[in-house]
This record gives sequence, structure tokens and C-alpha cells, in this order.
Amino acid sequence: MNGNSQQEQPFRWWLPFVTLLKKEILRFFRVSVQTLLTPIITASLYLFVFGATLGNRISVLEGFNYAQFVVPGLILMGVINNSFANVSSSLFMSRYLGNIVDLLVTPITPGQFIFAYTLAAMIRGLLVGFVVSIISLFFATLPWTHLFLAILMACLASFLFAQLGIIAAIYSNTFDALSMYNNFLILPLIYLGGVFYPISILPPLWEGLSRINPLFYLIDGFRHAILGVGDVPLLFSFAWTALISLVLFLWAALLIKKGHRLRS
Amino acid sequence: MTDALHIDALNKAYSGNRVVKDLSFAIEPGEIFGLLGPNGAGKSTTINMIGGVSRIDSGTIRVFGFDNQKEYLTTRRLVGIMHQEIVTDTFFTIDKALRIHPGYYGVRLDKAWMNLLIDRLALEPHLHKPMNKLSGGLKRRLMVAKALIHKPRLLILDEPTAGVDVELRHSLWQFVREINQEGTTVLLTTHYLEEAQQMCGRIAIMNHGSLVALDSTSHLMSQLEERKIILQLSSPLDALPSELSAFHVQRLGGGTRLVLHLPKGCSAGEALRKVCALGLPVAEVETVKASLEDVFLELTGMKGSIE
Repeated sequence: MNGNSQQEQPFRWWLPFVTLLKKEILRFFRVSVQTLLTPIITASLYLFVFGATLGNRISVLEGFNYAQFVVPGLILMGVINNSFANVSSSLFMSRYLGNIVDLLVTPITPGQFIFAYTLAAMIRGLLVGFVVSIISLFFATLPWTHLFLAILMACLASFLFAQLGIIAAIYSNTFDALSMYNNFLILPLIYLGGVFYPISILPPLWEGLSRINPLFYLIDGFRHAILGVGDVPLLFSFAWTALISLVLFLWAALLIKKGHRLRS
Repeated sequence: MTDALHIDALNKAYSGNRVVKDLSFAIEPGEIFGLLGPNGAGKSTTINMIGGVSRIDSGTIRVFGFDNQKEYLTTRRLVGIMHQEIVTDTFFTIDKALRIHPGYYGVRLDKAWMNLLIDRLALEPHLHKPMNKLSGGLKRRLMVAKALIHKPRLLILDEPTAGVDVELRHSLWQFVREINQEGTTVLLTTHYLEEAQQMCGRIAIMNHGSLVALDSTSHLMSQLEERKIILQLSSPLDALPSELSAFHVQRLGGGTRLVLHLPKGCSAGEALRKVCALGLPVAEVETVKASLEDVFLELTGMKGSIE
């Protein structure tokens, strides 16, 4: 019946990673109204408000109307929010419901664990960003000056926020605590990071403060890659974003390797 | 032969409170081994340390000769654990969960094996139901199936039959026996001591984090020589004869039923001879041997508290 024939099956070292990735993707597709449709509708409303109503009437950046200015920020906002939400809610729920033990007893390595959650979060974030980009065609025509760099920045942003999602899911013990990361950290940083206005139009004090906001470099870099103009050099935006991504990745990796709040 | 599980000087403390103390025991391949103990004895913590859910403070755990900390990629493939707490992923149905699960262990799904598990654990009618519609007993059966889906060599079942109805409990144990006969070593905990008595060749009893007994089930029960004789009298006995004081006699049923506790070294025949010599109106005689429950209560010091 059982015959111990199981031991003849070779161990496929990559399969735990692929399985977790597949499970995570299936998970967000299974609740796609909540994980894909809702953020796309929210972003579309932003596009409608800022694109169709104000888009052609004001300009905050020379040579571009407001719709062209705001669309890159809205796309990246979708990428960021959904990458963070995917990993933070999935990992937190697994901890909260206790089914994380299903994973903890398996031969999945800490690296596979992080990259599976990260990649699934990136796929959801980039998928939302892609659909928002398609919908934005109705409201603004973008030059996509450096398409490859724009995609690279979106990937970096989703990677960065996936790491933050892992960290938030591990440190949060309640739903309230988890929502605080979104409401009191990510949203303020996004809104004050130049999604809706260039920081160059701010008074010097506020402009200086905005430059401390790490999200400013993501948003400005992404917009710069699309429009060809930005507040800071592209290389600096990439270097800064990559550095923060690395720091957060190392932090998340340390937590997972130690099993912090995962293994008792 | 390499032990299926070898635990040596295992220690674990939470916030300074030692929950597992210098625990050492070994399970041979092919055994059905029972790990028993009252709530809080340290059984589940021990199981969690075997699976890697809890960290080890000191000591070693070897699974088929592999160290479960240094060679965890190997040991975790060899072990299948069904935890005591009911945990399920609410996003998936039983069918989906079982299809996904072997991949975590680096092996492909064996559909014939999956179908067998579904059949033997009576999961077929519930395969496509949402997880939140399943009863506690069904979820527990799913957890057993998940623990077995990658065909582990060491199966660990922590309270597998809690909340499972009698018929399915019987068929589950039958299935465990079959798996064991095919070569899978089984470590189980249960609060149904009768089941442990029937299932396990050897039993370890833990109390307050320490091992208080480890022996074959039959030897463990024979160690406790306290046996009883129950006498049904044809007419009630008003007062107990002093000659029976050595038997700590209990009078039940208004004096028509006497329970004699046999002291060590005293045979049932000897006790009956004394009773007959006193001319008591004995209608029926029943002898009662110590059960695993008696042994358990004796060794964990719970006997007095229950009686």
C-alpha cells in the first residue's frame, strides 16, 4: 500500500519554492475581486478624477499636462500598495490562523520562503500596475522615454514593499497593528512623496523634508523614466531605491532565518 | 539498526519555565510508539521540536540518523506531522490542499496515494467544500491526510482522534496499523488511553516535562500489580469483617457489592479463600486488572486527585 516507495522519489530542491509561489498566486487569484479588481477600480477612480477632470486644465511640470504627470505616480501607487498588501496579509493570516506550521515543518529554506512570498507579491503588484497603465491610456498619452528603466523601477518598488510586507507581517500581532503600517506609514509616505505634485513647487522647508521620504525617489525615478524629466537624477533614484531594498531584504531575511515570531 | 527517532538530553524552556527537561528516548523503525502525559506535560513541545516548529535549547534530535537541526532538509522530508491544534488554510478545498501539499516536501503528487488517503479517511464527499464548512473532525482527518501525503517514514500524530466520531476513529487506527505494517514508524499521542493501550507496542509517559516511564505497554501495565476483585453478594453486608482490612474494601450498592484491592504478592485465589472462610454470601466474582489508565494516573500522580 505504502511500501516505503516514497523514498525512491527524488527530492526536487526547487519544488518547495515553486509550490509556495504557486499557492500564493492561487491565493490572490482565488479572491481576485478583493486583490485585483478593487485596487484596479480604485486606481481608475484616481485616474478619472485627476485625468479626466483636472488633467488638461492644469500643469505642474513644463511640457506635460497634469494627467501625464500624475499617471506614473498612480501606477506606482498600485504596484506598491498591492505588493505590500499581498505578502503582509497572507503571511500575517498564516501566523494568525496557525497554518504557518504547515510550512515550518517542510524542507523549505529561508531563501525559498522569502523569494516565494516576494515573487508572488511582485506579480500581484506588477499585474495591478500593468492594468492601471492600460486604463491610463484613456486619460493620458505617456512618452515612455525609458521603458526598460520604468519596468525596472516598478520591479524594485514591488520588491522593496514585499520585504516591508514580510517585516510588518512578522512584527504585527493584531489586524490593527498590521493596518497601522498601511495607514500611518505607507499612505502618508506615498501622498507626501510626490505622487500628486512635484516637490519642486513646495516651499524650501517642505521640499527638504520631502527629500527625506524614501518613497519620493521611487516615485520620481519611475516618473523620470517615463516622462524623461524628474526632480533628481535617475541614477540617484535607482541607487537609493536599491539600497533601501537591500537593507529591508537583509532585515526580512534575518527574521525568517531566525524564525522570529514564527518558531517558538 | 539506526533509530527512527533518537532524542538525547532534550531541554526547552519558555520564559525561564522548563517545559521539557533532559528528555531522552528512542523509537525503533517500525514501531508504534505512544507518548502520553497530562496536559502541559511537554508532549506537543517535544513534537514541535522534532518538526522544527520550536527551537531546541539543548540536546539533539536525530531522525533516521540525521540531525534535525543540521540536516533539517533531510529530516523534514522523512517526517509527517499532524499537529494537535486544528489549522487549515481557508483559501483552499480539501482537494486543492492535498494536491498542493506534497510539493512543499520536494516530491510530486502521487495521485493513487492521494486517492487512497481520501478513501481511507472518508474525505470523498467533502473534497470540494470550502474549508470553513468542514467540521472539526473532518479538518482533523484532512490534517492526517496532509501529514501522510508525502509518504513520510516517521508519522507523528498528536491527538489525531480528538473530535472524530467512533466509527471513523476505529477506521483511522486501522489505517495507521496498515501504514505501520508497510514500514512507517508511528509516534502518537492520545488522550484515549484505551486506544494507546491497543495501538502501541511501547509507551513513554511524560509529566512536568520529564520522562516518568518508558516500557513496553504490557510490561508497563504489569508493573502496577494492583488488581481488584469485585464481589456481588446475595444479601447486603452490614459491617466489614476486620479480617478483610488488608484489602481496603469499598462497600457499594448498600453493602451488596464489595471491591477488594489486592496488595502486592497476594493472589486472587488467596483473597477468595479468606472471603469464603468468613462465609460471606458471594453470588458473583469479577477480577479487574490494571489498565493503562491506572498506570498513567499512578505515574503522573493524578490518581489521588481524580479519586
